[in-house]
Amino acid sequence: MEKIEILVSRAIPIAIENIDTDQIIPARFLKSSKRQGFGSNLFRDWRYTNQGLVKESFILNNPKFSGKILLVGRNFGSGSSREHAAWSLFDYGFRVVISSFFADIFKENALNNGLLPIEISEVYLQYLFKTISYNRHILYSVFLGRQIIKIDKSFFYDYFSMEKYKKTCLLKGQDDIDHLISLYKKIKTFEVKSVFNDKENSYFIWRWSWR
Amino acid sequence: MSKTLFDKVWYSHIVESFPKGPSVLYIDRHFIHEVTSPQAFEELKTRVLLIFKKERIIATVDHNVPTKNQHLPILDALSRKQVQILFENCKINGIDFFGLLHNYQGIVHIIGPELGYTLPGMTIVCGDSHTSTHGAFGSISFGIGTSQVSMVMASQCLLQKKPKQMRIHLVGLTKISVTPKDIILYIISKVGTDGAVGYFVEFSGKVFRRMSMEGRMTVCNMSIEIGAKGGLIAPDKTTLNYLNKIKFLPKDILLEEAMPYWRTLYTESDIFLDREYYFYASDITPMITYGTNPGMGFSIVRRIPKINVDYHQSISYMGFKAGYSLIGKPIQYVFIGSCTNARIEDLRIVANVVKNKKKAFHVLALIVPGSKQVIYQAKKEGLDIILKKSGFEFREPGCSACLGMNEDKLPFGAYCISTSNRNFVGRQGFGARTLLTSPLVAAIVAIEGKIIDVNNFYGKN
Ligand code: SF4
Repeated sequence: MEKIEILVSRAIPIAIENIDTDQIIPARFLKSSKRQGFGSNLFRDWRYTNQGLVKESFILNNPKFSGKILLVGRNFGSGSSREHAAWSLFDYGFRVVISSFFADIFKENALNNGLLPIEISEVYLQYLFKTISYNRHILYSVFLGRQIIKIDKSFFYDYFSMEKYKKTCLLKGQDDIDHLISLYKKIKTFEVKSVFNDKENSYFIWRWSWR
Repeated sequence: MSKTLFDKVWYSHIVESFPKGPSVLYIDRHFIHEVTSPQAFEELKTRVLLIFKKERIIATVDHNVPTKNQHLPILDALSRKQVQILFENCKINGIDFFGLLHNYQGIVHIIGPELGYTLPGMTIVCGDSHTSTHGAFGSISFGIGTSQVSMVMASQCLLQKKPKQMRIHLVGLTKISVTPKDIILYIISKVGTDGAVGYFVEFSGKVFRRMSMEGRMTVCNMSIEIGAKGGLIAPDKTTLNYLNKIKFLPKDILLEEAMPYWRTLYTESDIFLDREYYFYASDITPMITYGTNPGMGFSIVRRIPKINVDYHQSISYMGFKAGYSLIGKPIQYVFIGSCTNARIEDLRIVANVVKNKKKAFHVLALIVPGSKQVIYQAKKEGLDIILKKSGFEFREPGCSACLGMNEDKLPFGAYCISTSNRNFVGRQGFGARTLLTSPLVAAIVAIEGKIIDVNNFYGKN
């Protein structure tokens, strides 16, 4: 997983609330057996018409906007639990999503994939939307260590909360798998200690530790 | 200190835990299928990781597979590719793979218990939400996402926060003609589809004690439809008898040494859980759903209630109106299958109803048994002949019309009485309208060609 520590970038604002995972990536694009490549279908039905023509009015199609930060309205990522939503955002190039509320499963999926969901107050979110509408070149800085998001070269900042374990993961660029693998020895001992029976017939290995 | 059933199983599987953070939970069994596993294998490959414990993984194909002519190559190119990828991944990694022609193939949640993979006191995961089914044996079982599938493959562990616990207690006994499916549909209609978000649910009460294992699996299967992470029922004599009969278990060691431990798995009586619900079993009657989520269910003889605006849209999708009764409504499709109700017991119930009768001529009745073993048993008991004689199509195992990922989709606007677990908009096919019921009601509707009151049916025949 990629490390995030400090990120300074422009942002792309989509001031819409309740964007569900079906909007982020429609179900018909889930059939791939790879994790990469979903970026091209991110917000598919907002970016293209039925005939596959580019919708100029949609912000992702506007070359004047760019950045690794996505700024969205509250309750982002609700609906189906598909992890593809997080994959497509990451694959498109986003590293941070800022909103005032995220759906639970989306948040977990994002964190598992190196995409940082930042939850800030509704007031500050609206303020960020306002600043970007005045000046689309404005830069935002995210300091994960201090859990701060601020408008670059200004004093306007806000804290965001974060679970300690997940924060360490992102800072080190580690994900759950890395952590679990680092416990390899421990898990092995746990197994041996608690494996009750290990018949040669591997189908029927079972264990307990409650004796 | 007194412990709950959930606590006992949970704490025996903790490798390590962070203060105030997640715990590392050891996983005993991992089921995989063709749809949610390819990316997980991909992930391991890119990180150059090996499977930690291949013996604990069992793979089968179910979501995408055809239920006709399984011996021929799969027609749909994408399904064929997914099945092929799973086969190759399993072969390379030495994982047991039950492909289409294998004697053990079937819906994951049906083959687990019947092959003896699912045992009391285990932790079980699968990249599929209805993994909760296995909780019927007193195991902690829940569905996981694709990233988590790769975590379990790589380390046989998962990082999990301990969920809160809820108990749903049924007081007294149910009336006859009330099946486990009716019980769980009743509970969902009362608790609501998000009533148990963040909880693990234990079912208790005399009704569950007397219920068969098949029935308990049906109940636990749908426990996630109240938003729970999973459901479970303490193992007892019924559980042990069921396990005794499984021919795939190594009897000698297992039964003698494991039973004393399994008998310790129950919630001690002096405990209150984080949340407790009590219902009277005698209030439950045969149920049916009238809307587009499993919580919109009621007694089959009731009239559609006038409720809030959200329900309005869903009722108009179904083509119903508030104040109307469903009795007498003609039905074109009957689907008996899915991990909720495609076990041998369900087939017996259906066969018992339709014996020596013919299905109504305008009904297309589909039976998709849950696994090859179910088919094998049904053939032994002659159920397949009874069903075919009554005009049912008797298919080969798979998820089929439960989610309509293969060819078994329903046409636009069609009404389908289904024994599956979800009646979401378009789940069984674009514009298709699903009404969830028990296999008993489904069989009766197949004969009558319309929805009728179960009691009337028995009065008439
Ligand atoms: S039968 Fe339906 S609910 Fe069960 S695993 Fe298959 S698709 Fe999921």
